[in-house]
Amino acid sequence: MSTPLQKTAIAAAQAVNDLMRKGAVAVEPAPAAPAATPAMDVATDAPAMRKRSRVLIPALLVLAAGSLVLFGGKGGLISDFQYLQLSLILVYAIAVLGLNMLTGFNGQISLGHGAFFALGAYTAAVMIEHYNLNYLATLPAAAVFCFIAGYLFGLPALRLEGHYLALATFALATAVPQILKYKHIEGLTGGVQGINLIKPEAPFKLALSSDQWMYLVVLAMAALMFWLARNLLDSRPGRAIMAIRDQPLAALTMGINTAHYKATTFGISALFVGIAGALHAIIFEYVSPDSYAFSLSVAILVGAVVGGIASLPGALIGGAFVQVIDKYADAATKQLTAMVHLPIDLEPWTIYGILLITLVYVMPSGVAGGLAQLKAKWKRR
Amino acid sequence: MVASVHSSGRGRAVGSTLANVPGSPLLSVRNVTVRFGGIVALNGVSFDIAEGTIVGLIGPNGAGKTTLFNCLSRLYQPTEGDIKFQGRSILNAPSHAIAGIGMGRTFQNVALFDRMSVLDNVKVGCHSVSGAGFVRSALGIGTRAEEARIEARARELIAFMDLLPFQSMPAGPLPFPIRKRVELARALASGPQLLLLDEPAAGLNHSEVDTLKGQIKRVRDLQNVTVLLVEHHMSLVMSVSDKVVAIDFGKKLAEGTPAEVQRNPDVVRAYLGTEAHT
Ligand SMILES: Nc1ncnc2c1ncn2[C@@H]1O[C@H](COP(=O)(O)OP(=O)(O)OP(=O)(O)O)[C@@H](O)[C@H]1O
Ligand SMILES: [Mg+2]
Repeated sequence: MSTPLQKTAIAAAQAVNDLMRKGAVAVEPAPAAPAATPAMDVATDAPAMRKRSRVLIPALLVLAAGSLVLFGGKGGLISDFQYLQLSLILVYAIAVLGLNMLTGFNGQISLGHGAFFALGAYTAAVMIEHYNLNYLATLPAAAVFCFIAGYLFGLPALRLEGHYLALATFALATAVPQILKYKHIEGLTGGVQGINLIKPEAPFKLALSSDQWMYLVVLAMAALMFWLARNLLDSRPGRAIMAIRDQPLAALTMGINTAHYKATTFGISALFVGIAGALHAIIFEYVSPDSYAFSLSVAILVGAVVGGIASLPGALIGGAFVQVIDKYADAATKQLTAMVHLPIDLEPWTIYGILLITLVYVMPSGVAGGLAQLKAKWKRR
Repeated sequence: MVASVHSSGRGRAVGSTLANVPGSPLLSVRNVTVRFGGIVALNGVSFDIAEGTIVGLIGPNGAGKTTLFNCLSRLYQPTEGDIKFQGRSILNAPSHAIAGIGMGRTFQNVALFDRMSVLDNVKVGCHSVSGAGFVRSALGIGTRAEEARIEARARELIAFMDLLPFQSMPAGPLPFPIRKRVELARALASGPQLLLLDEPAAGLNHSEVDTLKGQIKRVRDLQNVTVLLVEHHMSLVMSVSDKVVAIDFGKKLAEGTPAEVQRNPDVVRAYLGTEAHT
């Protein structure tokens, strides 16, 4: 069973591995001239980027909230459907951010984060459906469950490196939809059918549609998660996380309990993705096993690579990529086929592949990295 | 030179309350043997290091010097023998506990965190003497004071090692001699009592070796750091060391003052035919 999707996944895993390896060759004496390869130049720019994101995040917040006032309201310029799309972008951005903590900053690869997305989504859905919990209350629950699940998965994964870890996480991603369909928990999960939810209404009689209200909720959560991630990466544990990525043995001799840090980072990463999953379930009003197939894990990983490994603003770009591609790749491929009158039938996701290959070649450090390089070039002139 | 970065109950304060047994050596290596399959990398090596001294460890290529360092860092487990730091065996301690009890080290082939800045590299060196955890750090609650101390300590060492122009650059692409200085600054950040230097002069030119010599002496004199120095650069070892230990094929050949060891016939023989740098 080797679908184009799996091929893409393996290629992406390879690419991430290579990206990570580029920075991790400390055992070799460095070249005499401090001429960084473009990819490295950007990957190391993380502190500067984080400083910038200190401005970027509040600015985006104000912009986003402002857009709602300007264009929103019932019958505003931006339709409910578009608000839903914006929310989905932010949700995927949180997921990409979560994976980035693990892969970009800690050097552990995962092809299975769709599993934690599913766990978060089902936690929310089951709690709302069976326990009548307020949708907001399900978010901390999803966070806790996913942290524990991620930590426990991260512990044995400590023994696995690179491709082996990719394989183990791949297994996780493919197992989860099957587990969700399992007969004996059908009462809880709704089996193949999944669970239908009702979209929350705006509280306090606010003149907002559900989609507008949930957009604000998701926006606030995204801001919170980015803020937490930035704080963490800028601190003692954050430096330890990155030190392990660059030089695990040296990190150990600096007194870093690498096993504990790696497992905890796995847990935190799963926590982020789980919150994204819970939000997704709430705004999408529906969970089902097949919504969280392996392709979701790949999409999150690809989002991280496209946005920029080890870049916080890149996660936002990655989130947008995941959503837009998910929505339009199929249609765009069809349109392309029709436009240029190709004599052959293209696979529905062809444009996805083309875009991905182009991006990886043109901007090897992701879109965020590519933009930073362009800006640096601009300044030098 | 500087106060400890330490703030919470973790790290050095714990170690120093368990004070050294008076008169006993800071480090004591007893009959350490390390086998890798058929290879005997270390064969019953014993020696002591007194507090406040600089001890040179010499030997031809493959003698087992780095292997001994890796035993001290708890990266290798000796097949036989014991290693005592401040009178206590370290052989049950996990490797990440070694920095906390007061041993810092550099690596023969320089193991920096390449994608992190020079400043952040040195800050990681403060890990064992600081304590902010995940939750407090993510929420940004109550970590500011400790973070400021880490920052101050790191900047001080960067100045001490003449690294100011490089501090915000990524460590990876820097020239080799600079990387070695970054590594030394990082090893000093936790304020170790024993500093293990694995060939710090390798790849340095004449004047850089002179600077290094001054730095090692200042580290000992100003910060009261005991130093174990592995070096092929004979004039450096012989001029800074209070005591020299020579090993070959995993066995101790000689131990004594630099002059004694240099005169030792076994040492002379071991170095004849091998490239003895002078
Ligand atoms: N992990 C290992 N596995 C197998 N053999 C090893 C290992 N580490 C070291 N050795 C062997 O142990 C012996 C001592 O090596 P070591 O690196 O300690 O020498 P050294 O004195 O540091 O030499 P140099 O001056 O070249 O750095 C060598 O024969 C080496 O091949
Ligand atoms: Mg060696």
